[in-house]
Amino acid sequence: MTLALALEQLLNGLQLGVMLFLMAAGLTLIFGVMGLINLAHGSLYMVGAFACAAVASATGSFWIGLIASFACAAAAGAIVELLVIRRLYDRDHLDQVLATFALILIFSEGTRWLFGSFPLYLDIPRLLQGAVALPGGAQYPVYRLAIIAAGALVALGLYLLIGKTRLGMRIRAGESDREMIGALGVDIRTLYTVVFALGAALAGFAGAMVGALQSVQVGMGEPVLILAFVVIVIGGIGSIKGALLGALLVGVVDTMGRFLLPQVLALFVPPSQAGLIGGAAASMLIYVMMALILAVKPRGLFAAAHA
Amino acid sequence: MKKLISAATLALSMSVSGLAVAEPLKIGMITTLSGGGAGLGIDTRDGFMLAIKQAGNDEIEVITEDDGQKPELAVQIADKMVQSDQVDILTGIVWSNLLMAVAPSAVAQGKFYVSTNAAPAALAGENCNPLYFNAAYQNDNLHEAMGEYANKDYKKMFIMAPNYPAGKDSLTGFKRFYKGEVTSEVYTQVGQTDYAAEIAQIRASGADGVFAFLPGGMGIAFMKQYAQSGVKISIMGPGFSFSQDVLGAIGDAALGVKNSGHWAKDLDNEANKKFVEAFQAEYGRLPSIYAVQAYDAGQLIASAAAKADVKDTEAFRAELLKADIQSPRGKFKFNINQHPIQDIYVREVVKDGDVLTNKIIAPVFTDHEDAYAKDCKM
Amino acid sequence: MLTRETIVNIVLAALLLAVPLAANASGQPFYVTIATRVAILALAATGLNLALGLGGLVSFGHAAFFGIGGYAAGILASHSFSGEPLLFGLSGTKQMPLIWVVAMLVAGLVGLLIGTISLRTSGVYFIMITLAFAQMVYYFAISWPAYGGEDGLSILVRNQFAGVNTMKPVSFFLICYVLLMLALGLFVLVRGSRFGSALQAARQNEVRVATVGIAPYRIRLTAFAISAAMTGLAGALYADLNRFVSPSMLSWHMSGELIVLIILGGTGRLFGPLAGAALFVIFEYLLGGLTERWQFFLGLILLATVLFARGGLLGLLAGKARHG
Repeated sequence: MTLALALEQLLNGLQLGVMLFLMAAGLTLIFGVMGLINLAHGSLYMVGAFACAAVASATGSFWIGLIASFACAAAAGAIVELLVIRRLYDRDHLDQVLATFALILIFSEGTRWLFGSFPLYLDIPRLLQGAVALPGGAQYPVYRLAIIAAGALVALGLYLLIGKTRLGMRIRAGESDREMIGALGVDIRTLYTVVFALGAALAGFAGAMVGALQSVQVGMGEPVLILAFVVIVIGGIGSIKGALLGALLVGVVDTMGRFLLPQVLALFVPPSQAGLIGGAAASMLIYVMMALILAVKPRGLFAAAHA
Repeated sequence: MKKLISAATLALSMSVSGLAVAEPLKIGMITTLSGGGAGLGIDTRDGFMLAIKQAGNDEIEVITEDDGQKPELAVQIADKMVQSDQVDILTGIVWSNLLMAVAPSAVAQGKFYVSTNAAPAALAGENCNPLYFNAAYQNDNLHEAMGEYANKDYKKMFIMAPNYPAGKDSLTGFKRFYKGEVTSEVYTQVGQTDYAAEIAQIRASGADGVFAFLPGGMGIAFMKQYAQSGVKISIMGPGFSFSQDVLGAIGDAALGVKNSGHWAKDLDNEANKKFVEAFQAEYGRLPSIYAVQAYDAGQLIASAAAKADVKDTEAFRAELLKADIQSPRGKFKFNINQHPIQDIYVREVVKDGDVLTNKIIAPVFTDHEDAYAKDCKM
Repeated sequence: MLTRETIVNIVLAALLLAVPLAANASGQPFYVTIATRVAILALAATGLNLALGLGGLVSFGHAAFFGIGGYAAGILASHSFSGEPLLFGLSGTKQMPLIWVVAMLVAGLVGLLIGTISLRTSGVYFIMITLAFAQMVYYFAISWPAYGGEDGLSILVRNQFAGVNTMKPVSFFLICYVLLMLALGLFVLVRGSRFGSALQAARQNEVRVATVGIAPYRIRLTAFAISAAMTGLAGALYADLNRFVSPSMLSWHMSGELIVLIILGGTGRLFGPLAGAALFVIFEYLLGGLTERWQFFLGLILLATVLFARGGLLGLLAGKARHG
């Protein structure tokens, strides 16, 4: 194994982690502020990807598509919050799980209705095509580097938003004491809608970015959603810092596990067996990691005040 | 008077045997019409229906249902078709896992199953069945052909497939004929959409060729990401990864890729020319390999129905086994395990005007049999 | 004195028996298959109802137990078919009762294991952790090649039950029906027992239960394991119904559907799972026949149930539940 290969795999893990962070940040924010578990977050990821694909093919510009993904997912989030989600804040988690599970069915079938069953394909914009040389003689796709950069920018933006702005102050207040903030005269209903739309927009943005790399299809958000759950459980539900750390941890461990486990096993068993068993073991690795972390810290690495 | 009666019975019995042509025959088609694999199922349905239409036999009725690529759903539909609709023949399933859920119990209930695509090893050898026919190939065939082809120019190969039985069969089939060195054998997750980790391994492998079996959406995602990665090692694969239905989505990244197939649009024979023309006229697009296989399955059933009553299992089976059809593939006959014996070619993805398509370069195998037929005792 | 709920329950139980028998008599065996599906799903959901309805443990991972039960049946049958010994020289089997015992044991043990870690947490953590563990089992089943992986595992001929032709839809239905009734009986016993009272009390007020000297953790763990075993039994039957097991029995959609069954029928109620399963399968069959988009409408119905009809079907038919 060369250094270049290890570096490339590390970057791959980082890129996966950054994507997961965009999903997990919204989930954890919504839980932290409103105490709501939202299974339909993966559907908003899908909405973003479809919006980007549809607009990009209509206008011929990926960049307009990207903006559309942000806007459409935020709009879908706001509508869903107004129509359904706000009725769920004072319900128990069981009702929230079911209502948002129902939303998944509606979103998935609805999208299939609109766009058909065939996957859509987005092309990577010309500016970000191809690969660049890395130190050590390796090459790496420009687009994946761009995803990492975009994720880092969003993380920084969220940090500034929550730490330095009025909206951020209200969010922090909402996280620590929900009754108090209402008493302070903040319009809490609007705040909730804004936070939900913000989380949705982040998910939609992630969906559009990944859509160009893979394919845009119904159900694409579900595997990501479950990984994002693992991320926020590890990081501590409600904590943005935990989401970032958890996302990077899951991204890197998952990628490195898939890459290294078969190789380690190959020292003991024939290569084709090693590939099969290693693959099976690697797919469970992050769940084992989650179990271990929870065995030590039942509320995750950075548990929020309430959960 | 007696004479008259016997003459009447004679006439009756003659008309009965003559009527064999018009015995009602009900076919249940279960295929994938929604979800990521829908393209394959739609081609299957359309190819099959074209053959039934051309046969012009009004007594053949086809009912079609969508399995959504879900095995449970396929089983439920099959139960309904057998118990409630009382079909005589089942067909149409694209995926090996769905086939394994449906076909064994269908033949156990005395129904014919004619496969239009899926051909798992488990049904080709020891567990072959008189009521199970495969009009497509055996799963390993196209991988074996690429293994044989790679012997010519490639010393070191990187091989990969999804981690499921058909993926394992694929790499086994490739290695059965490939004599060079295999640098790595990688199994990816089924339905995987990001291949960054595998591409990194390819880059570092030092191989001079990559054999990838990634059907449907997996192949599309892989090829698009591979084109962006800057890795220049040439890719080859079995025909289904580069079939007509996925070429458009992969785009120019597929140009020049070598792949194996038992059919291509430009295969030079009369039946093929007529088929491609008829398919284009009917549906306004080029047929894929799935359409051809289903077309042949439709032809097989129609040809048997013209000569025997499906209720007479033995006679119907004998007629199917004769394979009295004009296949767009050219030669077509059944082996002892009721899987085809046919020629397999290497094809290259080329641009024909604006449309990406496959062109035959050279035959790899003639009259190729699968490796399991010898274990079939029928 | 019969309460309104008891009358509704009796009617439901009688209907589930009468409809398939009538269908069978009039030569419509497919409806028997549908009724069998209802009975099996109701059994699985009854298992979940023990944890969720009585104990308030919102497990989003019960598909794991359902699938494990299914695989127990599939693996035992395939070893019996191939004649290869399974573990420690033990052979496979085609005898349903033995398969059921194994399915319940294995599912119960895995439930114990998952419960041991998951029950250290509560609320939304518990939901996500059970989901994640079920996904772990799912990915394991997909990528472990020995028993078919993604392709799943066929049971060529349905397993056997002493002296009954199980391939006849109606005989197999009766087996499932009897098991469902037994499970419902067990549910009643548990609910009325000291253990059941402690479990329900722990849901309503954990602190009070702890102060009386009962450890809520152990009560919940026991309930979780029993619940897992019952759902595992349903999985084994489901495998025999389809004569096929695949990882999709383990998928998180399955976990979601099991919860949906309970809610559609009415949470915490004895016959909630049966009412929910019947409703679900009828929706699936009727809507599925009318439109390919039936899941869209199922979503709408489900959403309306959660938002406006929290008691589910039984809530509508029999009024407010005694056991909230």
